Amino acid sequence: MNFKLKIWRQADAKSKGKFVDYELNDVPAEASFLEMLDILNETLVRKGEDPVSFDHDCREGICGACGLYINGHPHGNFKNTTTCQLHMRKFRDGETITVEPWRAKPFPVIKDLMVDRSALDAIIQAGGFVSCHTGGVPDANSILVNKKDADLAMDAASCIGCGACVATCKNASAMLFVSAKVSQFALLPQGQVEARERVQKMVRKMDELGFGNCSNTYACQAECPKSISVTNIARMNRQYLSARLADPLQED
Amino acid sequence: MNVLDSKIPLGDIREKWNSYKAGQQLVNPANKRKLDIIVIGTGLAGASAAASLGEMGFNVKVFCIQDSPRRAHSIAAQGGINAAKNYPNDGDSIWRLFYDTVKGGDYRAREANVYRLAELSNNIIDQCVAQGVPFAREYSGMLANRSFGGAQVSRTFYARGQTGQQLLLGAYGALSKEVARGTVQMFTRREMMDIVIVDGRARGVIVRNLVTGALERYSAHAVVLASGGYGNVFFLSTNAMSSNGSAIWHAYKKGAFMANPCFTQIHPTCIPVHGDYQSKLTLMSESLRNDGRIWTPKDKDVAERLRKGLMKASDIAEEDRDYYLERRYPAFGNLVPRDVASRAAKERCDDGFGVNNTGRAVFLDFKEAIQRLGKHTVEARYGNLFEMYERIVDENPYDTPMMIYPAVHYTMGGLWVDYELQTTVKGLFAAGEANFSDHGANRLGASALMQGLSDGYFILPYTLQNYLADQIREPVVPVSDNAFVETEKEVQKRIDTLLNVNGKTTVDTIHKHLGNIMWEYVGMAREKQGLMKAVDMIRDLRAEFWHDVRVPRRDGMNNELEKALRVADFLEMGELIARDALMREESCGGHFRIEYQTADGEALRNDKDFSFVAAYEYKGNDNAPVLHKEELEFENVEVKQRNYK
Amino acid sequence: MNKKKSLSSVTKKLIMAITGGLLVFFLLFHGAMNVVSIISPDGYEMICEFLGANWYALVATVILAFMVVLHFVYAFVLSYQNWRARGKQRYAVVGRQNDVSWAAKNMLVIGVIVLCGIVLHLMNFWYDMQWAEIQGKAPASGMEKIRSIFSESYYSIIYLIWLAALWFHLSHGISSVMQSIGWNNNVWQRRIDIIGKILAALIVLMFVSVVVYYWLIYLL
Repeated sequence: MNFKLKIWRQADAKSKGKFVDYELNDVPAEASFLEMLDILNETLVRKGEDPVSFDHDCREGICGACGLYINGHPHGNFKNTTTCQLHMRKFRDGETITVEPWRAKPFPVIKDLMVDRSALDAIIQAGGFVSCHTGGVPDANSILVNKKDADLAMDAASCIGCGACVATCKNASAMLFVSAKVSQFALLPQGQVEARERVQKMVRKMDELGFGNCSNTYACQAECPKSISVTNIARMNRQYLSARLADPLQED
Repeated sequence: MNVLDSKIPLGDIREKWNSYKAGQQLVNPANKRKLDIIVIGTGLAGASAAASLGEMGFNVKVFCIQDSPRRAHSIAAQGGINAAKNYPNDGDSIWRLFYDTVKGGDYRAREANVYRLAELSNNIIDQCVAQGVPFAREYSGMLANRSFGGAQVSRTFYARGQTGQQLLLGAYGALSKEVARGTVQMFTRREMMDIVIVDGRARGVIVRNLVTGALERYSAHAVVLASGGYGNVFFLSTNAMSSNGSAIWHAYKKGAFMANPCFTQIHPTCIPVHGDYQSKLTLMSESLRNDGRIWTPKDKDVAERLRKGLMKASDIAEEDRDYYLERRYPAFGNLVPRDVASRAAKERCDDGFGVNNTGRAVFLDFKEAIQRLGKHTVEARYGNLFEMYERIVDENPYDTPMMIYPAVHYTMGGLWVDYELQTTVKGLFAAGEANFSDHGANRLGASALMQGLSDGYFILPYTLQNYLADQIREPVVPVSDNAFVETEKEVQKRIDTLLNVNGKTTVDTIHKHLGNIMWEYVGMAREKQGLMKAVDMIRDLRAEFWHDVRVPRRDGMNNELEKALRVADFLEMGELIARDALMREESCGGHFRIEYQTADGEALRNDKDFSFVAAYEYKGNDNAPVLHKEELEFENVEVKQRNYK
Repeated sequence: MNKKKSLSSVTKKLIMAITGGLLVFFLLFHGAMNVVSIISPDGYEMICEFLGANWYALVATVILAFMVVLHFVYAFVLSYQNWRARGKQRYAVVGRQNDVSWAAKNMLVIGVIVLCGIVLHLMNFWYDMQWAEIQGKAPASGMEKIRSIFSESYYSIIYLIWLAALWFHLSHGISSVMQSIGWNNNVWQRRIDIIGKILAALIVLMFVSVVVYYWLIYLL
């Protein structure tokens, strides 16, 4: 298959970027999108040009490292698929493919298609965990968990932290990401102990980092490669508002 | 006296870990603050160790190669994690888990370590549940278990098909908590280049900042390597793209011994290779073999026609199919262990029965299962795997049989460590897949997660403290120390040399070439001639690499340089793997020497001569490494030949 | 921390939701009142008189105006913050998702159209009615205003466009209120969406019926 590629090139965080056009021929239809970029990079290296940088690691759709904005959609316009699991046979032969990095103020570009998503780590550090120490915990079966709740928690916990929700949201809001973590713990008795503090701390951190406000377009849910539901956002709103009323965080 | 002192505590195996803990040295809280620990890697072992050590009050600096600690490749483990909880009341116990693990490892693991692993398995489940890991539950609200990898008991805990992800996110949460508290400093997008040794002790690391390209020095009282396995020496494996062996390889070159490097595990149910440009392989859960039947055509001409795309699987009549595993192993059939199933598939393909365009695939057929159980049940059991297969291969497994082929999956070998997980370099510890310790020659399903977490949560926090107890008076070595300067210079020289080659061959080309050599001669079935040939070929390839590799010069981020540095190490490591395989004149677990098999084609161990851990000591690039043997003694487990007939 | 701590994103959304939700109630009431003009013009006049410059009507009007202003101010504050959060560099290609409604992505623009409609509407009706009464003048008759304004076809068309915009706004807005307050869940997600759309249609139809009815009466 042959493709015309329009790829965002930017030497580093401080440089100005621009689109560069490439033509790539004889790409096998079975190749994944990232393998197609590997082929491009191989030709660039042979020509003595700078290869395109992009984040990627497991290449099986679970680590969340890859994330390219392809033809106007994060991970391309295909349901439940990460960029690494997207195959070239899904494109038309001869198609022009535009590849951009995630764009959001909290996600500055590092180089080419690679962005800094450490803001997501910072949100987790604000409270996205259960504060138990290693050791000294009760037997695993001593606290029973309703199966439905456990399943819902698992649905939320499937988030791979790729940032597609932020990338696609017209407001660059991280609500789906944050609410997935808040929900996972809110649904489990182990997480409920500090649920009120957690949700307030995480929302506060999210706001501080400059993410936008949710306007309930649900584009995040539509583009999430793991189909995380926006009902998690409703749960977080509910949790946040009641926590705010009943037990506001002490100003520190 | 043997230089290898495994430091196994005396006494009954059931009491060894307790007596170790009772006798170990402690560090008081005020002193913990003065002690720095470096952890390389944020997978299950690294993240859990860093979090636990941070909680205890040590200053921890943790490094990962990816943009976030949550991306480490532990995240890709699907099946589950074993523990001897015996919740289903089916006769499991710590003893049985211990016994099964030693036996599954084909009697090449250290008994005391494995027993401790089995003992700690239960604590891991408790810990993870307390962290909010959403394990699968029964309607009663109790934790659900399943049988995995042919185990006779249901001891595997799971979180859908994403157990590794959930456990890693649990550890990542614990790590994040400590980062927030300030006990752990997190450094992302950093790759360890070398260990700094001061007066015979590991005292720091040189890392490369992958964004700026700068070399950075970090100093500490102890260094933990939790950098994972080296399966990518085969180029194609189920490992992540950035998984590499460089951290342990440079530890090896700095004096840590490398143990059993030839023990690699090949997983039988991966999606086959489809072309030369392919970058990695995807594993599908082994559970598929519970209901799927593996076959190739009986007739070579038919296989040839399949490869050319002239006919389809459905065109082949039932009587023309060879269900070779059922034929050869009537008792276990399609459920024979991983190594047996993998080898059989390769044999069929080598003999010309491969079924896809590359000739490296066999069928895994669910037709009979769909007829027997109904499509609905099959979908409930394997729906997500079928979906994944269809996404990658673009064929519907409900209508047409899946194609599978073995792929490198896990490396049992790694840095030699004693009972305390300390390498032969003082102050240098290795955890998780990076060490050799618990799986012997073959790892059982759902045991990797267990080992990573037991090392990180429950072993290192004790043993590191024991090591650090007499280090409290040692100030941190300043990074301006000569040892740091010199080590950084060495690293810089390595980088400059690579950049100056300015040849024509790309890094990936050479890596693929290495992978082909490894797979062909040092893969599932090895023999003397082939291994010797491989050693020569790898040497030639290494020479070619250093003469003709093309690494573009670039300030700041340089992805090609990153790859080149890793491949340079793989090119050395590959040779050691081949040499170890050559030395081990027996077949055991994942190591199969064609010359050593039973009349039935089974692995034939030689317990008299090879019941030892092979630990290699580096003696310079131009000299052969020195082999040290740690004899294995089995006092609690009866050593037997495996039999799956 | 400094004292200038702004409200959290969730709280700001709550303000949007509460003000929006109250406005929906107002629209329901207003729409029901309008329909009376078709059933019984006399009854309608009675309602107009009842809602003149009485203290309770004035209090309600002030509260209502406050809601509108709050809803608007926060709409702009949020939109500005959201615009900034997107960063300086915009996407070259922005795709559309099948399951995302057009209204959801364009609430601000639609809202501005609705606001323009409100201003027009206030000038057409309220200025001559309640406002006149507050000034001590005789208020105009509601029925006469309806008849005269909707006999001008361009007014009818402008009003219909306005109401169409209102429908789009409400079709997303009502379910959005439930989401922001946190009353959405897996079971009710689709139901809330459907109820919201039905309610939006009901409200808008009540208004449209009056416009169309009196426009048609004039045309025929």
